[in-house]
Parts: sequence; C-alpha cells; structure tokens
Amino acid sequence: MELLKLILRNTLRHKLRSLLTAVGIAVAVLAFMLLRTVVTAWNAGVEASAANRLITRHAVSFVFPLPYAYRDRIARVPGVERVTFAVWFSGVYIDKNQFFARLAVDSNSFFDVYPEFLVPPDQLAAFKRERNACIIGSEIAERYKLKIGDVIPLEGDIFPGRWEFVVRGIYRPRDKTTDPTSMLFHWQYLEEKARQEKSNREGRVGWYVTRIANPDEAGAISAAIDALFANSPAETKTETERAFQQSFLSSMGSVMTAMDIMSFVIIGIILLVLANTMIMAARERTHEYAVLKTLGFTARHIFLLITGESLILSVIGSAVGLAVTFPAVEGFQNALPKGWFPIFYIEPRTIVFGTVAGIAVGLIAALIPARRAMSIRIVEGLRYIG
Amino acid sequence: MPPLIEIRNVSKSYRRDSLEIPVLRDISLEIAAGDFVALMGPSGSGKTTLLNLIAGIDRPTSGSVTVAGTDLTELSEGDLAAWRAQHVGFIFQFYNLIPVLTAVENVELPLLLSGLPKPERRAHAEAALAIVGLADRMDHYPRQLSGGQEQRVAIARAIVTDPTILVADEPTGDLDKNSAEEVLGLMDRLNREISKTILMVTHDPHAAERARSIRRLDKGELV
Repeated sequence: MELLKLILRNTLRHKLRSLLTAVGIAVAVLAFMLLRTVVTAWNAGVEASAANRLITRHAVSFVFPLPYAYRDRIARVPGVERVTFAVWFSGVYIDKNQFFARLAVDSNSFFDVYPEFLVPPDQLAAFKRERNACIIGSEIAERYKLKIGDVIPLEGDIFPGRWEFVVRGIYRPRDKTTDPTSMLFHWQYLEEKARQEKSNREGRVGWYVTRIANPDEAGAISAAIDALFANSPAETKTETERAFQQSFLSSMGSVMTAMDIMSFVIIGIILLVLANTMIMAARERTHEYAVLKTLGFTARHIFLLITGESLILSVIGSAVGLAVTFPAVEGFQNALPKGWFPIFYIEPRTIVFGTVAGIAVGLIAALIPARRAMSIRIVEGLRYIG
Repeated sequence: MPPLIEIRNVSKSYRRDSLEIPVLRDISLEIAAGDFVALMGPSGSGKTTLLNLIAGIDRPTSGSVTVAGTDLTELSEGDLAAWRAQHVGFIFQFYNLIPVLTAVENVELPLLLSGLPKPERRAHAEAALAIVGLADRMDHYPRQLSGGQEQRVAIARAIVTDPTILVADEPTGDLDKNSAEEVLGLMDRLNREISKTILMVTHDPHAAERARSIRRLDKGELV
C-alpha cells in the first residue's frame, strides 16, 4: 500500500462526484479548445502572411480596382523583386452556400510570389497553356470530387455571365496556415471577356502583391509605391500582408476579442469547479487528516494527498476534453457552411496550453483546501464533525 | 529506573474568544515503563487533554512532558510527527480507520513512514492482525467489520510499529459488552505478555479495573 493508492482510493470515494467533476473539466477544456481554434482559424490569414510581401490596394477602399498599368511602375521601385496581382471574381458554384475564394490571377507571376501554393510543374505548365484553365486547392478538389480535366461552371455576379473553367492543376498547401480552398484562373481570360463585353472593367486589377527583397524595408518601399500614385485618380495604399489581413479582421475584432476572453474565462470556471470539489472533499476528511497526522503523517503528506487527488481529476478531465476536441473540431467544421474557415485545425500551442492549464488548475484548486487541512491542529481535527 | 513518562508542572488552557479556559492545572505525574494506567474523571476534567499532551498531539501551555527521555515541548512540529510515528500507538473511541482502505492496508498505514520495503510492511501488518485475531479479515473494508472488529484493527494499527507507549481514549466507549471485553482482554495481554506501556482514558469503572493503576482527574487536577 503506497500513498498513491490512498490518493486513488480517495479519488474514487465519491464516484459520481468525481465523475461529474471530471466531465465538467472535460467540457470546459473542450469549450476552451474550440474557442481557441475558432480564434486561430479567424486569424489564420494573418498567421499565413509572409513578411516579404506587400499588398497595394486602392486608397479609398479595397472594392475599387487599380489600373493594370501600375504593375510595371511598381516593379521598378527599388527593393521590389516581383509583382503580381489578383482580382476577386466571386461568382456562384452550385449554389450560394458553396463558398470558396475564386481569384483571377496573373498566371506568369502569381506562383512566384506565393511559393506556399505547391503545384506540380506539369500541371502548372498545362494551366499556363490553356486560356480557361484553373488551379484549385486540394480541399476544393476533395470536397467536390473534382479531378484534372473536370469543368467548373460558375455563374458570374460581379462579372456577369456563365463561365466555365477546366481544372488543370490541384495545388497542395505548403504550410498548415496556407488556404487549401482557393480557385485560381487566368486574369487574361477575364480581361478578354471584359474587353469583348465593354464592361468598363478592362485594364483593371483588384490589388497588387509585391515580393520584396528585404522585409526590413517594407515601410520605405510601401511609401515609395504610394508616392508613385499620389494625386492620381487611383491613389494607392500599400501595407504589409499582415497589416492588410488584420484590416480585414478588424470588423469582427471585438467579437474575436470577446471569444478570446471567454476562452480564458472558461479556464477560471474549470478552476472553480475543481476547487469546489476539492474543498468539499477535504472538509469531509478533516477528521481523517487529523488521524493521519496523529499517526505521524506530516503536513507535506496531507498536501500530497489533496493535491494528488486534485491533479488526477484535472488530468483525467483535461485528457478526455483534449481527446474529444479532435472529433468535435471536425464536426464543428462540417456543421459550418463550406468555406467559412478555409483553415481550421487545432494549433499545437492550443493543445499545449490546454494541457498546461489542466495541470495548473489541478494544482491551484488544491491550494486552499490543502492549506486549511495542513494548518488545522490535530485536536481540532479529531473533534471535527463533518 | 527513571520513569518512562514524566510530566512536570503541566498546565494547559484554551483561548475561546477573549476567554482563557484552564483545562489542566499544574499537573505532575510519572508513569513507569510497562505500566497500564487508567485515567478517570468526569467529563471536562482534562483526561483527554492530558492524554493528548503525553501522545504529542497537543502542547502544554506551561511545564514539560518527557517521554522515553525526550522533552516533547522542545520538538518542532515535524520532529514531533516523526516522534509520534516511532513512539506512540493510538486507539480511539471511534476506531478512526480509513474507510477506503482494507483492514491490512489500514494496519500498514503507519509503516509507510518507517521506510520499510513493501513486503516487510505487509508481513508486519499481517502479523499484527493475527495478534488481534483478525487474520481472516485482512481484506475486509471497515464497513464490512463489526465495531469490535474495527477496534481490534485499530489496535493492530497501534501496535504494528512496536511503539514505546499505547494511548487509548475511551477504547470501549462505542462497543457492546462482549466486544469491549475482547478489546480490554487484548490490551491486558499486550501489557502482560509484551510489557507494553498503556495509558487509557475511560469513564467505565469496569474497564479501569483492567489497569494496574488508576489516576483520577477533577477540574484539571490530579486527585
């Protein structure tokens, strides 16, 4: 018989109470992990930002296009290595609930600036050869069972009409934070159609993306680009990709902050649940602790008994919560409309934080009851009637 | 031969709010090794308090308590705990077994502090249970035992470390006549056969008759 056995027996003394406490901890850990994962998913674009990329958009709003003619002028700014651009196409595939990014891009430069989109060379070559070809993300291919040679019909909204694109490539994301749900096709194809239809959209692009040689010069290069177009009909605003992504998120910023705070409030709730259980358990055993002290057990032994029980409950609860989180996150993602969160995964640091929080909560929850049980005099404890 | 237990001018008082309540007044007492002493007296006379001081689970307000050559008033809390583990066996009125441990595990409990390896601890615990006649109840939990059996397990727990003294606080107070007789007989055997020094607090004159000597307390004083 070891002290650990007594700790385990004590943990199982009130099975229902221990079970409910562990389940409470598991649910709280699950809620914490889910909230953190949603916050992470929301910020995924920011996390995926490259330090050496700048985004140039219309100074008034992102929705206003920029002249195609800016491309060469931006390319000549010292420090700029490569320039590409994109246009937000939007459109409807199957129905309006099927959301994923559809972008018209400069096929010659886009993949140079975005090396995290991994396309097999033969597929990239085939894409470049065919005017109405497209490249889709691996998750899009999987979700809609698309393969090379399939046709994707889109109903245009910003660019009206029926559009058909042939899948010539499927890219894989290099990093976990790379969006695997984009569809990319030739801007030249869009431009030709715009010219044919005289839609006033010809010669326009949505935004420019610039790869720079030295991220430390981002501020100076941004200023230099914007200076080129100052006082023109289409003034620009250039910023780092991270700043650009963050400006997108700012509209939902307070909601995300609230979720962020909530996730930590949940840790506090776990602490209260466990502390309440441990205070009750230790109070009920005041007499027993006094008996143990009488037999020669020290305050340190009492501390180990209470803390050990608290840790067992918190570790079991946290482990169950962590284990359930993985299928729960998958189910949560499936329940959301397609494309809401292109990148939705449990970050390793979220797992680490959840685990550390579970252990820390176990230790902290034991402090008050352990301190009381350690300090109570033996004669008082022996007289205690719980 | 010097006395095993030597109490010199011990007083003990408790403070309740602003009131100082005296419990023991200038007690001096000597108990020889191998003695079996019954402490008697009315409720509130200070019997249990005196027992607690001798057992090192409480400290006197003044005076000294020396047991087996050690002045308990000079020991720190940690040293006093270690001293109790080595020198004192406790028998309580309500047995005070740990309900989640079996009889043999309860008896083994004090040995966890001894540093003995597990097989030896188990052997000692089984031997102690055999002495109290419960070899066939080793794996029973306290709730599966009668009151008399529980008290016998408590006695086995008290003697398993072979302590210098056994202290018993109303050991038969919660038992029927037959069980009380068994427990008293066992304590008598421990005293006579292995010369265990026993100090017993009791209200029961019949129980006190088993002791070799009876000391009476009244209003905190030996009479």
